[in-house]
Amino acid sequence: MASAINILNASKLEDSRLGELSQAVGRVFGIRTYVTSANLNLDKAFDASRGQCNSTALLAELLNSYKQSDEKRIAIVGIDLFIPVLTFVFGEAQLNGIAAVVSTVRLANPFYGLLPNEDIDFGRLEKEVVHELGHTFGLYHCHQFECVMRSSTYVEEIDLKRLNPCNRCSELLKVAMLNK
Amino acid sequence: MNSNPSILIVDDEQVVRDSLSKWFREDGFDVSTASSAAEALQQLQGRRWDILLLDIKMPGMDGMELQQRVKEIDSSATIIFITAHATVDTAVKALKEGAFDYVTKPVDPDYLSHLVTNALKQRNLFNENLKLKEQISEFSRADEIVGDSPQMHKVYELIETVAKTDTTVMIRGESGTGKEIIARAIHSNSSRRYFPIVAVNCGALPDGILESELFGHERGAFTGAQYRRKGKLELADGGTLFLDEVGNIDVKTQMDLLRVIETKQFTRVGGNDIIKVDFRVICATNKDLEKAVADGSFREDLYYRLNVFTIFIPPLRERKGDIPLLANYFVQKYARTMGKSITSLSPEAMDTIVRYNWPGNVRELENAIERAMVVGKPPVIRPEDLPYQLTERNHVLPAGSLAMVEKGHIVSILEQNKWNISRSAEILQIDRVTLYNKIEKYGLKKPSAG
Repeated sequence: MASAINILNASKLEDSRLGELSQAVGRVFGIRTYVTSANLNLDKAFDASRGQCNSTALLAELLNSYKQSDEKRIAIVGIDLFIPVLTFVFGEAQLNGIAAVVSTVRLANPFYGLLPNEDIDFGRLEKEVVHELGHTFGLYHCHQFECVMRSSTYVEEIDLKRLNPCNRCSELLKVAMLNK
Repeated sequence: MNSNPSILIVDDEQVVRDSLSKWFREDGFDVSTASSAAEALQQLQGRRWDILLLDIKMPGMDGMELQQRVKEIDSSATIIFITAHATVDTAVKALKEGAFDYVTKPVDPDYLSHLVTNALKQRNLFNENLKLKEQISEFSRADEIVGDSPQMHKVYELIETVAKTDTTVMIRGESGTGKEIIARAIHSNSSRRYFPIVAVNCGALPDGILESELFGHERGAFTGAQYRRKGKLELADGGTLFLDEVGNIDVKTQMDLLRVIETKQFTRVGGNDIIKVDFRVICATNKDLEKAVADGSFREDLYYRLNVFTIFIPPLRERKGDIPLLANYFVQKYARTMGKSITSLSPEAMDTIVRYNWPGNVRELENAIERAMVVGKPPVIRPEDLPYQLTERNHVLPAGSLAMVEKGHIVSILEQNKWNISRSAEILQIDRVTLYNKIEKYGLKKPSAG
């Protein structure tokens, strides 16, 4: 079982919000969760032609920059992410692995020309962090409408989800956490 | 068996293969990748994939050529092209050759997600459609034609030959021989089988009603026509129109029917709109149509239009070998529907039904078995369970006696002449009174119509 979750901040998120995020994630997974500043070289993953970071390259960077441990680590970045075949991704995770990354860019209302609303933006970030961490625990996408593990390609879909996994995903998570 | 949808990603760029396979795996897909067309074809030999995502530009065989080869292996494969080098020409070509869609890299994740969902839905519908068609075929075979005699084998051959064509079929045979079942067998083996077969019993309807039944009517077309009603011709659109007892249609309706069969269009009774229909005609009759044509009661042009391909169904007395098969078939059928545990006929009962002449053919046999199933007690049907006329004829006289031969001959002549006493007496070269006496002596009874 993973001993802890390390949230690596590489965004402009305030400390108070990071504290809230850490608590919320800790409650969902039931393990110690803490926040540190990220020591990541984003340039390596940056694609100038797209103005985005390659999330897969960023995951590799995340694995290489930190020493091996049994902790799950998730980086929060303030730059837009992509994988080569898609125009963007909200985040990416190693399925059954230890690393994940989430971008705050497309979770923010102003990106869509809407009025800023930090509470809404933060709620989306919480769900995306839990979603990507869920993948690191081996969870797949879920078809339950409100489950946090439901795949989202629109922020409005993220808004519809709850922060917690559905009963089935919770059971799978329990089994995964016991087996690791 | 893996129930997750499967997807094969074919792209020469590893980064594309990796990112796509990871993305689909998180969505619960069973994913595999191939770096070239050759590798993809190799994987296709081993199993079927629900969806194939193909790159167009690849070294060696390109995606367009791969699509053609994939279709040779699995014609129902769902192919989506994902390419960085989009041109209108390749997009049009890909879609013309059966690709589900064509997208350019990088693709919006939401669009890709919907695209794959829709492709899967379409594939599921396709598979469901196939399954339903198979089920329909099963249902249509359920109403079996039973018979193993050479005469019936000839009928089966004719059904098989004519079913594949769109030719008009005339089924002829005595009443009760199963002409409608043959018509349904032709329909269910034809390319029209997924459309309805609409049966019209032309003999059962008075002339005016038959016209409205066939052509439909507009509101107010006649007294009592409160609503517009579609006729059988319209209902049979795409399928088969089965005209039973076609020899009983009145001369006016014969003319209207001929016009519809020739032009495939008509108007409803009381209407002006021309309605176009597409159906195949199968008709049946037990009448001597040639005689009807000769005496002017049946139009010659309609006769030739209908009498393109004829199937004669032999009467049951000419294929006695089929009687045990049919009897057992009906015993099983009614045991199921009545919930009775009668499994067969006793040897005596079987002997009785085989010796009987069955003027009412298969319908009479079925009715006799149904009656016996009602009155009989498990486990077998005995002679006393059978209708009176069967046992009466067979058991009063010792087998092989002169009286039995005389009785059999009288029955045969009476049946041939539909119990016309004067004609039968003339053929038997006895007077009518003698014939009546013999009918009484042998306890013969005119069978009920049907």
